[in-house]
Amino acid sequence: MNALSVRGLTKTYRNGVEALKGIDLDVEQGDFFALLGPNGAGKTTLIGIITSLINKTAGQACVFGHDIDAQLEVAKSCIGVVPQEINFNMWETPFTIVVNQAGFYGIPRPVARQRAEKYLKQLQLWDKRGGISRALSGGMKRRLMIARALMHEPRLLILDEPTAGVDIEIRRSMWDFLREINDRGTTIILTTHYLEEAETLCRNIAIINGGRIVERDRMSSLLRRLHVQTFVFNVREPLAAMPRLDGFETTLVDDHTLEVEVSKDENLNGVFARLSALGIEVLSMRNKVNRLEEIFMALVEGRGVDDPQVEAAPGVARGAAGAARATAEAHR
Amino acid sequence: MSTVALPAAAPPAGMNVVRWIGFKTIVIREYGRIIRIWGQTIVPAVISATLYFVIFGNVVGRRVGAMDGFDYRQYIAPGLIMMQVITNSYGNVVASFFGAKFGKHVEEMLVSPLPNWVIVAGYACGGVVRGLLVGVAVTVVSLFFAHLHVHHLLAILAAVLLTSLIFALGGFLNALFAKNFEQVNWIPTFVLTPLTYFGGVFYSISLLPEWARRVSYVNPILHMVGAFRYGFLGTSDVNIGVAFALMVLAAAALFATAVALLDRGTGIRD
Repeated sequence: MNALSVRGLTKTYRNGVEALKGIDLDVEQGDFFALLGPNGAGKTTLIGIITSLINKTAGQACVFGHDIDAQLEVAKSCIGVVPQEINFNMWETPFTIVVNQAGFYGIPRPVARQRAEKYLKQLQLWDKRGGISRALSGGMKRRLMIARALMHEPRLLILDEPTAGVDIEIRRSMWDFLREINDRGTTIILTTHYLEEAETLCRNIAIINGGRIVERDRMSSLLRRLHVQTFVFNVREPLAAMPRLDGFETTLVDDHTLEVEVSKDENLNGVFARLSALGIEVLSMRNKVNRLEEIFMALVEGRGVDDPQVEAAPGVARGAAGAARATAEAHR
Repeated sequence: MSTVALPAAAPPAGMNVVRWIGFKTIVIREYGRIIRIWGQTIVPAVISATLYFVIFGNVVGRRVGAMDGFDYRQYIAPGLIMMQVITNSYGNVVASFFGAKFGKHVEEMLVSPLPNWVIVAGYACGGVVRGLLVGVAVTVVSLFFAHLHVHHLLAILAAVLLTSLIFALGGFLNALFAKNFEQVNWIPTFVLTPLTYFGGVFYSISLLPEWARRVSYVNPILHMVGAFRYGFLGTSDVNIGVAFALMVLAAAALFATAVALLDRGTGIRD
């Protein structure tokens, strides 16, 4: 069964903006699904319609087979949502916020109190439970929204940029937490501007741009379609001149750093073989640019991912969608 | 973050149970808000009522003498109680629901499985709770200034509950349409206050000329105050049966309107 099934979903706002232009999308039960797109692509509108915060113009959406028109209450009881913007009462305590949220889903108060303790402890907010929420840090507020969304133990958890503005340590611990929830069977739909986050966590991906789904694939399949990647090698001994690696485009960044472009028809064994033959000892290696980011930029610029220009070299994908890239970079 | 231990998914509770618990949660939250900011929700009504009793009851009232055969302070006491009930029932819902809209935490309820009629009922009940709390507080104050005789307890309770409900629902509608804090204050300032002052709180409409008396009957607050006053004094400017019928109809119409608007997403959804 699909956790989410959307057909022909359209949304035209009163000001005439067409936010969604006939979206078709299926998310399988148990999936960890990335929904990516530049700002204004329609992600939040799509989530808003599924969670009934926005009225759709046309189309159909089902949550675990429950149509949001015919069985709205049942459909909504399956969903937990962590919105992009902070949307709890800043003057209430974290404990009150999560207990009340459970109440809105019909969880009796004694059970809600037990769950509040469990989730506030798991999200490291238990010692803050009695203070006003306004005093929480940005990361704590984000975690509070996750705790709140889990109080009724939803089958589908929708996270709209849950780690925005959260420091790297907290973000990584949130990733672990979300992985565990997913492993327990909760379907997760994640939107994020941190493409590394989507690449790390998600098994399937859809990219939305201009109100349309422009790509829908398994994450691994999509990444395999990347034409060229650039790898950065740190070497032990200083290099006096750029080494010749036959068949590979090479750049000497500094005397200890070498960049090598590897196309999808080649493999890294060849690079290592040539480096070894030249007596160059590699200390470490990394991808120069996030692979998903390159694919993302190609798609939102209207180029296909199979376009040979789609490569992980610097300097590409800087066109009309530069704003989206800037956003992704600004979040690092 | 520690290990997640989600239990096996429990079977969903019946939707009626969900609605009942959801309704209670909204009311408990509203009650918590009233108590948390009691200095803004309860105290001002008590101070206002005290001032009215001191100035209109004691200072002016002595010169006014009897009204409809009753001591003036005794006559205005039900009106002053009702005035505070009206203002506070309305004010509670308009402030709380608009605050939830403004702070976006209304979304907590909108994404939940609660149907819109439960949300309206919960907020309206919250307004009634504040109306009753203030009503009791002002009644206690009035006992220091006037002798309150209970003529018909059921009429008192029915009048205060219906009036409180009507204005709580009115506050909900105001909050739905309001786009900023200024618009939250428009109705109380330009509609509610004049209607209350002309609603027979401080005088009997028998003192008015015929045309003014006819116009006064259009004022719904006159009927509410009249029905409430009847419960204390056994006399009223209005027909009690008509007054209660009007109140029941008004409450039903306002409730239906609020639910219909919320279903359409007026003021909360695009």
